[in-house]
Amino acid sequence: MSTTPDIRFPRSTSETGRVSPKYTRHGSGAKGGFEMAAWLFMRLSGIVLVVLIFGHLFVNLMVGHGVHAIDFGFVAGKWANPFWQWWDLAMLWLAMLHGANGVRTIINDYADRDSLRFWLLVVLYAAATAIIILGTLVIFTFDPCPVINGVHTGADFCPKP
Amino acid sequence: MTASTAEPASKVELPASVGGGGEIPTFDVTLRVRRYNPEVSDESHWDEFKLTMYGTDRVLDALHKVKWELDGSLSFRRSCAHGVCGSDAMRINGRNRLACKTLLKDLDTSKPITVEPIKGLPVEKDLIVDMEPFFQSYREIMPFLVTTGHAPTKERLQSPEDRERFDDTTKCILCAACTSSCPVFWTDGQYFGPAAIVNAHRFIFDSRDDAGDMRLEILNDKEGVWRCRTIFNCSEACPRGIQVTKAISEVKQAVLARQF
Ligand code: HEM
Ligand code: SF4
Ligand code: FES
Repeated sequence: MSTTPDIRFPRSTSETGRVSPKYTRHGSGAKGGFEMAAWLFMRLSGIVLVVLIFGHLFVNLMVGHGVHAIDFGFVAGKWANPFWQWWDLAMLWLAMLHGANGVRTIINDYADRDSLRFWLLVVLYAAATAIIILGTLVIFTFDPCPVINGVHTGADFCPKP
Repeated sequence: MTASTAEPASKVELPASVGGGGEIPTFDVTLRVRRYNPEVSDESHWDEFKLTMYGTDRVLDALHKVKWELDGSLSFRRSCAHGVCGSDAMRINGRNRLACKTLLKDLDTSKPITVEPIKGLPVEKDLIVDMEPFFQSYREIMPFLVTTGHAPTKERLQSPEDRERFDDTTKCILCAACTSSCPVFWTDGQYFGPAAIVNAHRFIFDSRDDAGDMRLEILNDKEGVWRCRTIFNCSEACPRGIQVTKAISEVKQAVLARQF
């Protein structure tokens, strides 16, 4: 005589009730406003980035001697002008926030383990913060002809002592 | 009395030009079905069945032939068999479709036809998944008419234009083909999913309904409309031809319009 197997019903949710906890939404509602703002930001920053990036590419690669003119002195010249400082700052911040938020959504969409997702987001936020801070510092404190301990260490075009 | 038995009186003689049932071409197909039986093993596996089918047969007929003639343990859902009830959505050759609306002759019969349960929902046995999480999201968007004020004594009239506004989303049969085709849903099952949004759309844009704001509030959730990445898998999967992605973006716009 065979024993009847212990069959519970319905099987996939028998341990936990009707809907398995994997599917019950936690912390619903609260962060919807943020997700909406992020969605809007992606579109608005995208529009501004089109202007900033193509303006940047045009000025760097096409105008004057074009791509052959790019060197240390070219960058130094651009950053001597507040217009280009603010242009590059806007491009840096928008691209970094836009790119970081885009990668955030990709992580949320594809990382299925909570711990993996958490650590990927930590790495992303740390990297984005570091690049934004460093980039901002460089744009505003850039000095092509620094004098370190009384020694002039700049490029050829710097005033010689 | 002659010895030969007469043909039944009801038999209608058809001229050869009209053609009869016997003329339908037959062909051989191999059906590869994803099998899972938790009472036997925690692992799922593929089973192959070689079948001779007719040119008018659908994948559902092939599954019937397997179940009725070859292996009675094969489990799948079907009810209407005519694309109305929404119970037999499955992943056929890697795409979500209704088995009862997919003709075998439209598939590549030179290769095995793969049949799997829809993705992202817990498999219970073979092609049967637990639909409860799917229906839970559906219930949360309040898929019923909500009105304020006195109930009229007559029917609630609506202009043809107002009816047209949400016509597309009235066609949903809750088969889950869309939600289970969405990679965002596959990841963690937290996303409300296309079907819930389609059915919210059906009431949000119904001029007779007064709870549109509540539904927009529900879908302005961390796991609501903003998780949609405009991948279009849902629109491609829908057996009713509903423009699912379009409905989702209309709901997104309605949520935004409410804020500003
Ligand atoms: C040229 C101007 C740009 C435009 C018009 C633009 C537009 C967009 C839009 C609208 C989205 C949202 C897609 C969605 O939610 O489904 C997006 C996503 C994204 N963007 Fe941009 N973007 C631009 C430049 C950039 C740059 C410079 C970066 C990198 C720093 C970047 C990285 C990303 C990433 C990683 C995503 C997420 C991808 C996804 O959600 O599938 N984008 N972009
Ligand atoms: S929208 Fe289409 S695919 Fe989605 S549940 Fe309804 S009928 Fe099925
Ligand atoms: S069995 Fe009803 S839709 Fe296919």
